[in-house]
Amino acid sequence: MTILEALLQHSPALIIATPLLSAFLLPLVSRIHAKVRDVFALVMLGVTSCFVGLLASDVLSHGPRIYIFGAQNLHVPLVRILFEVDSMGIFMALITMMLAIIAVIYSWSFLHQEDGLDKYYTLLLLVVTSALGMELTGDIFNFFVFLEISCIASCALIAFWVTEGEALEAAFKYIVVSSVGALFVLFAIGIFYAQYNALNIATLAHLLQFTFLDKIALVILLVSLGMKAGLAPMHMWLPDSYGRAPPSIVLIIMSATLASFYGILRVVFTVYGNVLTTSLRFSLPVHVVIGWILIALAIVSILIGVIMALIQTDLLRLIGYAAVAEIGYMFLAIGTSIAALGTSYATVALHGGVLHILNDAIDIGLLFLVAGAIYYVTKKRSLDDISGLARNMKFTTVFFLIGLLAVAGMPPLNGFTSKFLIYESVYQLNPILSIIALLGSILLLAVFIKVLYAAFLGPELPELQDVKEAPKSMLLAMGLLAGFAICIGLFPNLLLDTLVKPAASALMDHAQYISMVIGGL
Amino acid sequence: MIEYLPFIAVVAMILIGLYAVVFRRNLIKMVIGISIIESGVNLFLIMLGYREGGVAPIFTSLPSGTTYPGEMVLPVPQALTLTSIVIGVAVLALMLSLVMHIYRKYGTLDVQKIRRLKE
Amino acid sequence: MFTLESGSGFWNPILWILVFVIIFLLFYGIRGFGKSAYKKGTEQTKVFLSGNKEPSPEEMHVKASNLYWGFTTSMKSLYSVLRNMHTGNTSDYILWFVLVLVVLFLILGVM
Repeated sequence: MTILEALLQHSPALIIATPLLSAFLLPLVSRIHAKVRDVFALVMLGVTSCFVGLLASDVLSHGPRIYIFGAQNLHVPLVRILFEVDSMGIFMALITMMLAIIAVIYSWSFLHQEDGLDKYYTLLLLVVTSALGMELTGDIFNFFVFLEISCIASCALIAFWVTEGEALEAAFKYIVVSSVGALFVLFAIGIFYAQYNALNIATLAHLLQFTFLDKIALVILLVSLGMKAGLAPMHMWLPDSYGRAPPSIVLIIMSATLASFYGILRVVFTVYGNVLTTSLRFSLPVHVVIGWILIALAIVSILIGVIMALIQTDLLRLIGYAAVAEIGYMFLAIGTSIAALGTSYATVALHGGVLHILNDAIDIGLLFLVAGAIYYVTKKRSLDDISGLARNMKFTTVFFLIGLLAVAGMPPLNGFTSKFLIYESVYQLNPILSIIALLGSILLLAVFIKVLYAAFLGPELPELQDVKEAPKSMLLAMGLLAGFAICIGLFPNLLLDTLVKPAASALMDHAQYISMVIGGL
Repeated sequence: MIEYLPFIAVVAMILIGLYAVVFRRNLIKMVIGISIIESGVNLFLIMLGYREGGVAPIFTSLPSGTTYPGEMVLPVPQALTLTSIVIGVAVLALMLSLVMHIYRKYGTLDVQKIRRLKE
Repeated sequence: MFTLESGSGFWNPILWILVFVIIFLLFYGIRGFGKSAYKKGTEQTKVFLSGNKEPSPEEMHVKASNLYWGFTTSMKSLYSVLRNMHTGNTSDYILWFVLVLVVLFLILGVM
C-alpha cells in the first residue's frame, strides 16, 4: 500500500506516539539551544496535527475507524486495547491541537525570561498526549489511564510559579480534586468489569442491561467526570487553578477539561445508549431523569458562574468564573438533547452543544491570552491597579473587544452562533430555561464591560505611562484565535456542515459505533 | 455471607478515606485519606478476579489436573490493579512534594490557614 | 453558507451586518443635524457646571471593585450566601462532591 495509506492506517497510534516521544526527547534537544527547543515543540505539534487532519479527512468521509494495538484483526475473546475514532472524537482532537499550537506560540514570548522551560514544554506535550488519548480511545480503562496522566501533568504545570504561595495552593487543590474524581471513575469501571467481563466501550454498550449496579456506576461517572469538567457545585477548583496558572497553560488545561466533558458524552450516549429508553418508576424513561439532572446542575453552573464573576477583582480568576458559566451552557444543551431524545429539537440542541465546545475554547482562550498579555506588560493581577491601557496597547484592546462580544453571545461573532441554537432548542423544552440562559449571557456582557472599562478605558495611571504593546508572538496567537472567532461567526454553516453535524450524528448513532467492533468479531 | 466481607471492607475503606479528606484540617492527613481511598479501590479491583479454588493464572506452570481456563483466577484485574498502584504512587509523590513546598512557604499545614484563594 | 437554520428560525450574519450598517448611517445622519457651534475644551461648558471646578479624569476614575456597587449591595443576601459557600478549603470541595453524589444516588435509587 502507499505511504499515505500506511500512515492513515496507523494514524491513531501515531497521533499518540508523536507528542509522547517528543516530550521525552525534548530535554535532550533543549541542551542544544533554547530556540531549537521552542521550534522543536512547535514542529512536533505540527506533525501531530497533520496526522489528525489526515485521520479527520478519512473519518468524516468513510465512518468510524478502528485501530487494534498488537493484532491485525479482531479475535473472539476481545482482550486487546482498541482505539475507535468516530467524527466526535476527531472533532475534539482538532480542538485540542488548535489550543496546543496557539499555546506554544504564545508561550514563546510570554515565558522567555523564565527558568525551567524544558520541563514546561515536556509537561505541555504530555498533557496534549493525554487529551488526545482520552478523545480517541475505545477502551474505558485506557480512558482512565489518560485521565490520570492529564491530572498529574496539568497539576505540575499549574504550580509553575512555585515562588508564589497561591499557585502551590491551587495546584494542591487541583490534584486532590482530580485524584478523588479519578479514583471514583476507577470504582465505576470496576463495577462494569465485574458484571460484564469487558472493558471495551462498544462491547459494554452491547452487553449493558440497566441493573441496580449500573445505576450506581452511571451516577458515579456523571458526578466524577462532571467535577473534572467544572460542573457546579463542584466547580470551585476551576477559578483557583485557571486564575493562578500561566495563561498559556490554561489553554492546555481547558483541553483536558473539554476531554472530560467528552467522556460524559461518550458514557451517556454510547455506553448507556441502548438502555436510555427503559422505564423507571412513574413511567419516566431513563433519559428524561438524566437529562433533567444535567439541566438542573447546568442552570446552577450558569448562575453561580456569572454572579460570582461580577464581584471578582483578580482578572484571571474572573475569566475562570466565566469559563464555569460557559461549561454550564454546554451542559444545558447536552441535557436538553438527552431529555428530549427523539424529537427534532434534540438534534438542534446537540448541534448547539457540540459547536459551543469549539466556541467556548476559542472565546475563553482569547480572553485568557489577553489577560496574560496585560499581566506580562504591567506585572499586576488586580483590576484595581490598572487603568487606561488602550492608549498604548491598541491591538490587545481590539482582541479583547472581539473576545468580549464573542463570549457574551453578541452577533455577528461565533458565540451567537451556538447560543442561538441553544436558546431556540431549550425554549421548546421549557421557556424558563431559555430565559435564564439569556439572562446569563447578558450578565456575562456586564462582567466583561466592567473589565473593559477598568483595564482599558479611563485615564492612565502614572506608573503605567510607559507600557508597550505585547510582543509579536503573543499578538500572533491572539490574532489567530480572533480570526477563528470572526470566521465562524460570519460563515456559520461552513463549520456546522463539515464538522459539527457529522460529530452530532456519530454521537447519536451508537449502533454504528457498536457494530464496528461487534460486527467485526 | 463471609464471601461478601472484602466488599464490605472496600466500602468501609472508601468511607474512612473520604472522612479523612473531608473532615481533617491537616494537609498530610488529607493525603493519607486519598491513599486509603486508593487502597480501597485497588482491593475492589483485585477481588473481582477471584474464583473459588482457583490457581495463579500462569499458563505454563499449571499444577497437574487443572483445566484451562476454568480454574484460574482472572488475570485482567491484576493488570488493572498494577496500573492503578503505579498511578497512585505518582500522584502521592506529587501531592507530598506540593505539601513540602506549601510548608516551606507558609510555615503551617492547616488547610484553613493556607487558603488565600477564597470566594 | 451564510444562513444558519435551527428548527424554528434562521440567522444570517450578512443580513445582520447590512441592517446594522444602514441603521448606523441613519443615526450618523441624524447626529449631523445637531448644533455645529460646539467646540470641545473651551468655556462653553462652564455655564452648565455653575462655577464648580471640573475635576481631572484621574480623580474621577471609579475603581473596578466599586463599579457595580448598586447591584452588589442590593443583592447582599445572595452574595453573602455565595461567599460563605466558596470557602476555599480543599476539604469543602470534596464535601460538595460527596453531597451531590449522595443526592443523585437517592434520586436514581428511588426512581
